[in-house]
Amino acid sequence: MLKDITIGQHYPTGSVVHKLDPRTKIIAVFVFIITLFLVDNFMAYGFVAVFVLLCIMISKIPMKYIIKGLKPLTFIILFTLMINSFMIAGEIIISIGPLSITKEGLYQGSFMAVRLIMLVIGTSLLTLTTSPITLTDGIESLLNPLKKIGVPAHELAMMMTIALRFIPTLLEETDKIMKAQMARGADFESGSLIKRSKSLVPLLVPLFTSAFRRADDLAMAMEARCYRGGEGRTRMKQLKYYKRDFVAIVIVVSMFAILYFS
Amino acid sequence: MGKENQMINIDNITYEYKSEEENLIAIKDLSLDVEQGEFIVIIGHNGSGKSTLAKHMNALLLPTEGVVEVKGMDTKDEDHTWDIRQIAGMVLQNPDNQIVGTIVEEDVAFGPENLGVKREEIIERVENSLSLVGMDAYRLKAPHLLSGGQKQRIAIAGIIAMKPDCIILDEPTAMLDPEGRREVMKTIKKLNKEEKITIIHITHFMEEAVDADRVIVMEDSKIVLQGRPREVFKQVEKLKKLGLDVPQVTELAYILAREGINIPADVLTVDEMVMKICQLQ
Ligand SMILES: Nc1ncnc2c1ncn2[C@@H]1O[C@H](COP(=O)(O)OP(=O)(O)OP(=O)(O)O)[C@@H](O)[C@H]1O
Ligand SMILES: [Mg+2]
Repeated sequence: MLKDITIGQHYPTGSVVHKLDPRTKIIAVFVFIITLFLVDNFMAYGFVAVFVLLCIMISKIPMKYIIKGLKPLTFIILFTLMINSFMIAGEIIISIGPLSITKEGLYQGSFMAVRLIMLVIGTSLLTLTTSPITLTDGIESLLNPLKKIGVPAHELAMMMTIALRFIPTLLEETDKIMKAQMARGADFESGSLIKRSKSLVPLLVPLFTSAFRRADDLAMAMEARCYRGGEGRTRMKQLKYYKRDFVAIVIVVSMFAILYFS
Repeated sequence: MGKENQMINIDNITYEYKSEEENLIAIKDLSLDVEQGEFIVIIGHNGSGKSTLAKHMNALLLPTEGVVEVKGMDTKDEDHTWDIRQIAGMVLQNPDNQIVGTIVEEDVAFGPENLGVKREEIIERVENSLSLVGMDAYRLKAPHLLSGGQKQRIAIAGIIAMKPDCIILDEPTAMLDPEGRREVMKTIKKLNKEEKITIIHITHFMEEAVDADRVIVMEDSKIVLQGRPREVFKQVEKLKKLGLDVPQVTELAYILAREGINIPADVLTVDEMVMKICQLQ
């Protein structure tokens, strides 16, 4: 079950999208998100969807994998759809007891749902095609100008790298502890909300204990490997813009311009 | 004392873990000299102070009393802290907790990056270190998908990339299966023999100590016994009294000898044992 979470996971295929500079991709995703929130008709969304599909195809990431990443969000997407359908006043299509679905609501609801799906696919495309370290390098490099006003760019990037590095480890551990507690008769899946939250205690306590021990070890290992902050550090991989980066930026920005100004 | 070929000099150190409730002496009046190129194995009970001693060897801990020198540099001298940590690398027990990078090559590069090594050289060092530990094929893999033994070899590669003269390994095999243990031990021995890297290996597995140049037995924050493996392990009774095991073959020899069979007590390996048994009348 926890294996389904694909957010923050890298899926290397060596495609052009993978090879783009992380800064290009981060900027592109920003433009993409802004577009999603500014665009307000289905036609435009169709256009965006085609664009996203194209990106997925070029990136060679299997569609199945992308859809799998959406699964944990099914509930939120359905919830958004329903709330909107029921809550917005307008021309009634179907009535179920005191509730009624309106045409405007359904329209607005599907609109929000599509927006959410696009948002998730777009951002996960960024993490799927970019190795976490390259991604954090990109963020660090984009934040670097802000160092002068006291933004700890290197530290933030390092924190993100470590978080990303430990996501799989901690997920695996959660799975293990869950199984161990289930073997002792713990029940995580049934009962009232309160009962279920209570059953999380024997899961979270060992998880936190172990996470703190790991943090302790890691800090020591990093010190032993001469880590002393960003000062004087060199990098094996240096970020560099290529022609393809300019092409990508031009495509994304012009797409935004067409949708916004037409 | 000829300082040229000395790697680590520990002179009469005491270390106290200080906390609000109580102070705990983890090392008491301990001295130890390690020569360049030596392969030392440290054994001893849980809590006997092995890890505490190890952390003194690369300035992760500083002695409360006494002096630790790494290649003549005092670990208390802050100007040399990073030189010392470059010279004396450390590998810890849990491979999951010491890998920083999300891709093997990025992790191996972490140390040299911290040292400010030039880009081209980092790439070269990463390649060399990975091939030394036999992991070149895994260069672009995610570490969490590797086996324990492989992860531990990546951790070792990450240290080698810093070009250390000495590697301290604190129970690197404790969490591994027998196959993983073999891989890691093979790597460690190769580094010692071929790369002439001084090895200080802490372990609970006595079999890993038989090839060492010197075995050091710690008990209750002190060194209680040291010498060549043969000399140490033939003192089966003394070791047993300390609650330690001896290699299985040595124990067998000891039992056979006690039963009056003519087998020397200092047999260390299965091959040797086979030889001795075949020579019996
Ligand atoms: N951070 C610490 N704070 C306080 N006391 C500690 C700390 N680390 C270790 N000790 C204590 O110091 C003593 C020596 O510990 P150390 O970890 O060096 O033993 P060890 O020989 O490595 O044991 P093990 O085989 O279990 O790894 C123990 O009594 C331990 O409880
Ligand atoms: Mg220890």
